[in-house]
Amino acid sequence: MADPGGAVGRPLPRSGARRLAFGRGKYSDDLRFPGLLHLAFVRSPYAHARILGIDPAPALAAVPGARVITGAEIATVCKPWQGTMDHLPTMVSPPQHAVAVDRAVWQGEPVAAAVAASRAKAEDAANEVAVAWEPLPAAAVRDRTLDEDAALVHPELGSNLCFSTALGTGDSEAALDGATHVVEGRFSFARHSGIPLEMRTVIADYDPGEGTLTVHGSHQSPWHQQDTLSRHLGIPEHLVRVVAPDIGGGFGIKLHIYGDEIAVSAVSKILGRPVKYVVDRMEAFVSDVHARDQAVAARLGVDGDGRIRGLSVDALTSLGAYGSLGRPPISEGMMTIMMAAGAYANAHYDARLRVAFQNKPPSGMYRAVGQPIACAVAEQLLDWAAGAAGIDPVELRRRNYWTDDDYPLRTPGGLAINRLSPRRCLDKLVGMMGYESLRAEQADLRKAGIHRGIGVATFLEMTSVGPAYYGPSGAHISTQDGATVRLEPSGAVRCVTSVIELGQGTHAALAQIVADRLGVAANDVGVVGGDTATTPYGGGAWASRGLTIGGEAVWRAAGGLRANILELAGSILQADRADLDLAGGAVCDRATGEPRIALSEIGRIGHFRHDTLPPGIQPELAVTRHYVPDAAPFALANGVQGSSLEVDVETGEIRLLDHWVVEDCGRIVNPLLVEEQIRGGVVQGIGGALFEECRYDEDGQMLNASFADYLVPMAAGLPDIHVGHVETPIEETALGTKGAGEAGTVGAPAAIMLAVNDALRPLGARVTSLPITPESILEAIAAARAG
Amino acid sequence: MKAPRFAYIRPESLDEVLELLAEHGEEARILAGGQSLMPTLNMRLSRPRLLIDINRIEELKGISFEDGTVRIGALARHAEVMDSPVVAEHLPMIAEAMPHVAHVAIRNRGTFGGSIALADPAAELPACAVALGAEFVLASARGRRSVAARSFFNGLYETERGDDELLIETRIPAIEPGYRSSFMELARRHGDFALAGVCCHAKVDGNVLSDVRLAFFGSEDRPRFADAASAAAEGKAWSDDVKDAVKEALGGDLDPIGNFHASAATRLHLARVLTGRAIDRMVAAG
Ligand SMILES: Cc1cc2nc3c(=O)[nH]c(=O)nc-3n(C[C@H](O)[C@H](O)[C@H](O)COP(=O)(O)OP(=O)(O)OC[C@H]3O[C@@H](n4cnc5c(N)ncnc54)[C@H](O)[C@@H]3O)c2cc1C
Repeated sequence: MADPGGAVGRPLPRSGARRLAFGRGKYSDDLRFPGLLHLAFVRSPYAHARILGIDPAPALAAVPGARVITGAEIATVCKPWQGTMDHLPTMVSPPQHAVAVDRAVWQGEPVAAAVAASRAKAEDAANEVAVAWEPLPAAAVRDRTLDEDAALVHPELGSNLCFSTALGTGDSEAALDGATHVVEGRFSFARHSGIPLEMRTVIADYDPGEGTLTVHGSHQSPWHQQDTLSRHLGIPEHLVRVVAPDIGGGFGIKLHIYGDEIAVSAVSKILGRPVKYVVDRMEAFVSDVHARDQAVAARLGVDGDGRIRGLSVDALTSLGAYGSLGRPPISEGMMTIMMAAGAYANAHYDARLRVAFQNKPPSGMYRAVGQPIACAVAEQLLDWAAGAAGIDPVELRRRNYWTDDDYPLRTPGGLAINRLSPRRCLDKLVGMMGYESLRAEQADLRKAGIHRGIGVATFLEMTSVGPAYYGPSGAHISTQDGATVRLEPSGAVRCVTSVIELGQGTHAALAQIVADRLGVAANDVGVVGGDTATTPYGGGAWASRGLTIGGEAVWRAAGGLRANILELAGSILQADRADLDLAGGAVCDRATGEPRIALSEIGRIGHFRHDTLPPGIQPELAVTRHYVPDAAPFALANGVQGSSLEVDVETGEIRLLDHWVVEDCGRIVNPLLVEEQIRGGVVQGIGGALFEECRYDEDGQMLNASFADYLVPMAAGLPDIHVGHVETPIEETALGTKGAGEAGTVGAPAAIMLAVNDALRPLGARVTSLPITPESILEAIAAARAG
Repeated sequence: MKAPRFAYIRPESLDEVLELLAEHGEEARILAGGQSLMPTLNMRLSRPRLLIDINRIEELKGISFEDGTVRIGALARHAEVMDSPVVAEHLPMIAEAMPHVAHVAIRNRGTFGGSIALADPAAELPACAVALGAEFVLASARGRRSVAARSFFNGLYETERGDDELLIETRIPAIEPGYRSSFMELARRHGDFALAGVCCHAKVDGNVLSDVRLAFFGSEDRPRFADAASAAAEGKAWSDDVKDAVKEALGGDLDPIGNFHASAATRLHLARVLTGRAIDRMVAAG
């Protein structure tokens, strides 16, 4: 365990933020390359169309010197890939070319690239490329994609069904029949995306002299990119280097292998020149992966005192035209059916999932994958059940959580759980909210015609997913991370990590871990990463895994260096290393704490004065270690969120008044980082609850592909977000951390939907589609009035 | 998202601007605050050959009050209008509307004249101008003319302004004694274009309303003066019955255009709710 007096656990300001605040961030677009060419894509204006021909002549006439490269030409240097999974033989996904070759399957799919000396010229050229199209019928309405007469996204598959499955335990039909109260709902979760501030960016530089490919880009998993580029462009892996400089947010969006990004490398290989491409905001809406897009019908039965008898869930997830390479597109739906009501004791559960293709941008993983849906569905049903049984919703939760004696357990949805702390989180949250007085105030205001609502939702957050999921899938994605920790001659420490920094501050937390292991101050530790050629191999940033996996690797590497330092110190001091310790930037006497020799002396001697060492001593002042979670399939975090809001029942406006989160992410390395992850996550959850939606017409045209119409939450409309912690370190690792990056997004939509429905309860109105809009509230009220 | 090529010129005098407009007409576009024009260029929704930057023209700047009329120069920035004591004293409706116009950064550059000339149907200022009986002064090489706000807006981004004309200022009668204004708007997020918005202006004596002027935005393809709803309140003591009558009459005035942010029916409903609330507040303000 970390020294409680050390850096771990302390709210240290992160050093990297200072650099960014000084305007010294270096994002991919800031980098300069001699001889650079710029690329712009010609994208399909149709959701589904055959490409009859591509004529570059008008573009070449308009922009002398430009090059137009078609999908077919790119295919000569880049093999297509397929988003299938070895462990899911029934899941289908057809081969995908980097750039469409003879058929475009979503509005926005790239069909050709124009390359010129500036971005403006490349866009001028791209605008003039003449493509002859034959529009085809598109599948673009979620609830109709599996109909008999639906247009087929991939005719060769014979159906739009990508995957279907069912799971469960017990006999939920019988259990629901026997329940005293049965509540049910049909829920809808809109298609949306992750909207990082910095756009996806790639600068690919193929050097025909050496045969090397160097890619700088804004990517969460450079190793996966390296592997894909090597295999699909046929370049030996040691000649491919992927560098991720500063990244302005990812949220999962930058985790995937994108055809347009791979095409930039292909074009660089064809031209032998560095080529740059930055997705612009309007393109991002039709090319970044989309997520959610799910319809769920669910039923819950409770007995007279509110105990769960059984639960039934039927989910339909709509993908885009493809899944993503190596990242199962069915995760959104699988997480929904696996995680629903996972914190509650229940013996009877059944779930069905169908996943279907549509003519829309490919689907991928966005912060919290499916879990906000699982949470919102189950928590809303529990609130309704509480209403039906006449029990306070908080009390109903308390009655239903697994008890401490139940652990370890496997939920009916199939989650292996070693330990959770929902009851402690709930008690703390209820205290922070002042739940009783909020309820009293709500009742008073209701008499004055003011509709306040309170929502309290319990969530689980699956983090740090390990090899049990990714290994058998055959994906070339590592669930391991690595670190090298090195003592510099001055006694300062450098850490080289495979953990990718996207703005979450993980590198600052790694410095705190190193600091504790080596008895130095956190600001004496430098952390670098983001380069596949020079850092240990790893997985990257996803599944809230940075500290749990990458942090453990750092803990181990720093531990190895600690042992080496003590060994060297022992030989310098002629002391038994077992009597030595590290603290205060020095090797000290373990028993008395008395400093014996400064780390700067160890560094100086270990690097420069080998002549003074006894023969046979080889100082080893850099240590590399890796860690892959081997004892559990994932680290399950949990918590509770609360929302208080007011609904104007005449206008449908929602005013968010306050938001609370109590979460348990195991050991906290830096509470400031955790709290900002939670707050940022809640804000994205608010986006999903109230604003964000990719709107499509029936022909698959996106109707709101700009920030004028795709709404995201803005600071002025946000409530205060109060964060409290419960700390239950996991036992599988030395550090005991779990992830915290997605918790806010998992629980916020549920808390808000519950609060809105609580506010509408006196009117008998219900909203079950996210995002909730003023119009949907007015419609729900009108429907309730009409009976 | 790079604009197509265009030529750019920044004249130093009004005459020069008018000559350029006479010469280039619809091939040219005036550049004021650029907050609406630049995005349309970058999205390649518009491809003018020439941008005429008017930011150096002194005559177009400033806000003043004379003979019962407030003059707002075309180049007065939203932020300047928002902070203007003249506007606060003589045009309380516009003072109330300004915080709803976009966001701080956009208000620092966006101009009053730009907002009028653009004629976005969901914009606040055109509707205020309609409610308050504003006049727009247009200049061209041919001379000057003045157009009443109520007959200036022709449709979505369409106005009476000719291709060779520059909007140079807006003249708005100052609020008279006994009169009150009230402005209300609903948007998905603060600073967004409106789902529904109402501008009310009337003489209020006790709770009796006269010279009632109701104008709406965020409803149709242009700001709409509501004749029937205004008439329904005219000379009446404000009461629940009158409120219902005004809301009812509004159905004859407005024919909202729905989109995915809100349907036509929702927009009409919201306009009705806002009208009731805005007049409640105006009457209560006494
Ligand atoms: C994110 C965002 C949110 C916004 N929200 C709102 C809002 O809530 N409410 C609102 O009202 N506006 C909103 N706006 C628009 C903003 O107020 C604009 O600045 C304004 O409408 C146009 O003013 P401008 O000076 O920027 O004009 P410009 O962009 O320079 O020009 C707009 C058009 O008017 C023409 N033009 C400008 N001045 C003149 C003139 N003197 N004579 C003739 N033609 C002229 C131009 O040629 C151009 O066609 C928003 C803008 C943005 C980017």
